[in-house]
Amino acid sequence: MLKQMDGSYAVGEAVALCRPQVVSCYPITPQTHIVESLGKLVKSGELADCSFMNMESEFGAMSACIGSSAAGSRTYTATSSQGMLFMAEAVYNASGMGLPIVMTVGNRAVGSPLNIWNDHSDAMSVRDAGWIQLFVENNQQSIDVHIQAFRLAESLGLPVMVNMDGFILTHAYVRVDMPEQEQVDRFLPPFQPFQKLDPQDPVTMGALVGPEAFTEVRMLAHKRMERALEVIPAQMEAFANIFGRDSGGLVKKHYEGEADTVLVTMGSVIGTAKEVVNELRDQGESINAVTLRTYRPFPTEALKEAVNGAKRVVVLEKSFTPGMGGIVYQDVVAALAGTGIEVQSVIAGLGGRPVTRKSIRTLFAGCDQRTGFEVLDLDHATLDREVTRESAVLDRII
Amino acid sequence: MQSQILHFPAKEAVIKHQQTGDLTISNRLSEVGDSLQGKTDRPNSLDSGHRACQGCGEALGARHAIDTALDATDGELIVVNATGCLEVFSTPYPESAWRTPWLHSLFGNAAAVASGIAQSMKIQRKDNVRVIAQGGDGGTTDIGMGCLSGMFERNEDVLYICYNNEAYMNTGVQRSSQTPGAARTATTMPVGEHPGNHFGIGKSVPKIAMAHGIPYVATANICNPRDLEAKVRKAMSIRGARYIEVFVPCPLGWGTASCDTIKVARQAHNCGLTPLYEAEYGQVTAVSKIACPEPVKAYLKSQRRFAHVFKKGNEHQLEAIQAIADANIKAFDLLENPLQGERV
Ligand SMILES: Cc1ncc(C[n+]2csc(CCOP(=O)(O)OP(=O)(O)O)c2C)c(N)n1
Ligand code: SF4
Repeated sequence: MLKQMDGSYAVGEAVALCRPQVVSCYPITPQTHIVESLGKLVKSGELADCSFMNMESEFGAMSACIGSSAAGSRTYTATSSQGMLFMAEAVYNASGMGLPIVMTVGNRAVGSPLNIWNDHSDAMSVRDAGWIQLFVENNQQSIDVHIQAFRLAESLGLPVMVNMDGFILTHAYVRVDMPEQEQVDRFLPPFQPFQKLDPQDPVTMGALVGPEAFTEVRMLAHKRMERALEVIPAQMEAFANIFGRDSGGLVKKHYEGEADTVLVTMGSVIGTAKEVVNELRDQGESINAVTLRTYRPFPTEALKEAVNGAKRVVVLEKSFTPGMGGIVYQDVVAALAGTGIEVQSVIAGLGGRPVTRKSIRTLFAGCDQRTGFEVLDLDHATLDREVTRESAVLDRII
Repeated sequence: MQSQILHFPAKEAVIKHQQTGDLTISNRLSEVGDSLQGKTDRPNSLDSGHRACQGCGEALGARHAIDTALDATDGELIVVNATGCLEVFSTPYPESAWRTPWLHSLFGNAAAVASGIAQSMKIQRKDNVRVIAQGGDGGTTDIGMGCLSGMFERNEDVLYICYNNEAYMNTGVQRSSQTPGAARTATTMPVGEHPGNHFGIGKSVPKIAMAHGIPYVATANICNPRDLEAKVRKAMSIRGARYIEVFVPCPLGWGTASCDTIKVARQAHNCGLTPLYEAEYGQVTAVSKIACPEPVKAYLKSQRRFAHVFKKGNEHQLEAIQAIADANIKAFDLLENPLQGERV
């Protein structure tokens, strides 16, 4: 059904269609409206047989998810930014126990300085936690990918994080096609846990494991992740068969065919990037754009295929590691090692700075001069002044 | 020790841990079978072969508590454990000593994980399945305090059992918020002007639990296992958030002889340092009187963690501990008969 609604409520409705049994929540901007909408649906009875838990913290929220999922209930939560870091210990724990929890991250910068706006720092802070990490590009995908996320999580026994850009998507009112319950039921069978806490068949979960087996356990997680690289495209097809839409998958190429320069990015910024690519292609430039819809597991082969024939790949990302530079860039370099393709690093949109068409044009214009990483739209004057001022102090300390 | 998947109930042909003698624990002055531990078909929730130290009060407390809960619920029980000695000694890879569905997640989140399980059971309409969360005093009263308070405030249908051995034993005996004044721990060494742990205002988590107005709060002591059993049984007859704090000496951390765990625990009770009471909806409803009062000296003497208290110049520490015991005796009216209050 076509509806005009904000991204958060759209996700809330989509999650409700998946019939979660336990939703645990703790508010943080810009994720808040998602759990609020679910709370309303549970209270009104529209979402039946669901417990809505108002927790005392994000750490508690993820912990309650661990309990409810381990006890065999389909479980959901959402968070952002500081909330993600506050729950980080439990985030690792959930994946280590193979619990198919689905969590939405309304992506937001992590402070300090305190900043509520969008970038991908929160998702990157738990990059290595063993969760499947999917990124969506618009609100329609937010809906579709959440429905796939539950099936993916439950078929692999791994938690799945759906990343949607805070404000840009969570707060955007756009027209979306909300699936019918009957369609979702056809796609998503009831939750059948691999193992659960059951007095009739007691198991010990979360036990202590020493050096003799810990590595093997980690490798098991890795093997499951590798399986996800096959399961994700297969489920994308199954989804398309029922819903008639291409949503999800590993990577998405804007234009078929090869190009000299390919922009690789994640999340909503691809929308703007595609417009610039269209514009520049009309002017005869050999460029293309590829979006990483799955970030963990990293879709190495799919990416290689998507950028095949390129001379240069430019990674545009909203994440940054001080002392190094781009984070996704490193993944792409590793994935394209040996292909001879030059990989460049561009960082933009940190802490909610808009990534405009103009700045993406400068990104393409700078391709021939770029060495090291470049930060788009940086206020060089302010930065240089502060660096000089600080140096004077720091030099004295050395 | 059993493999990972265990089935309940398991019948034991032999009565284990049967006590004899006049100051014995489980079956003292009673017919065999009066205490659950005296029965041949007791659940034996925590199997033998785990790796607790000899004389571990926590292992003893947990077995009594969980056995009773299993019995009270006909085996329909799920147990969540915080990180700590109890978790580490009971589940070394690839074994598990637990004969009940059991999950360990983290150090500070047992109450929240148990809340999730309780809600999960409710939504699956398995109201007969009951949930217990358990942990040491560190996992419960320090790092887990936020989750515990949340669990109380939401009145989740969970019994939380804290095994209080008054320090972080699993990481090598460091101070917790339950460590008493003067006590030696790895982080409160008996050196300097004020040896051992400082005398703070203290933290009574049972009282904090009571302040939440939850249906049931109790303190118990492993020196009186039948009282512990009765409290767990009562707790399992009630729905909503419940809290029991069990006093469990730790031979390793306290520097006591393994064979003295029960004796030390009883001395703690007799001197008034660990008042035993029950409370419902925030009001104290029952108090266990002290039958044979003793000064704190007798209790402290047998523990290496208090050795410095008996050194010249530290008399004030001994007095301070006695004052705490006296205040408890007064506040909870612990003496059976004021005449018996004459200390020997
Ligand atoms: C977040 C976190 N911090 C610290 C630890 C290390 N740690 C594990 S057990 C423990 C102490 C446990 O003490 P307590 O809860 O009193 O239980 P006990 O071992 O005394 O039974 C600590 C500090 C941890 N596991 N997780
Ligand atoms: S250190 Fe103490 S609490 Fe831990 S197993 Fe040994 S006796 Fe028990």
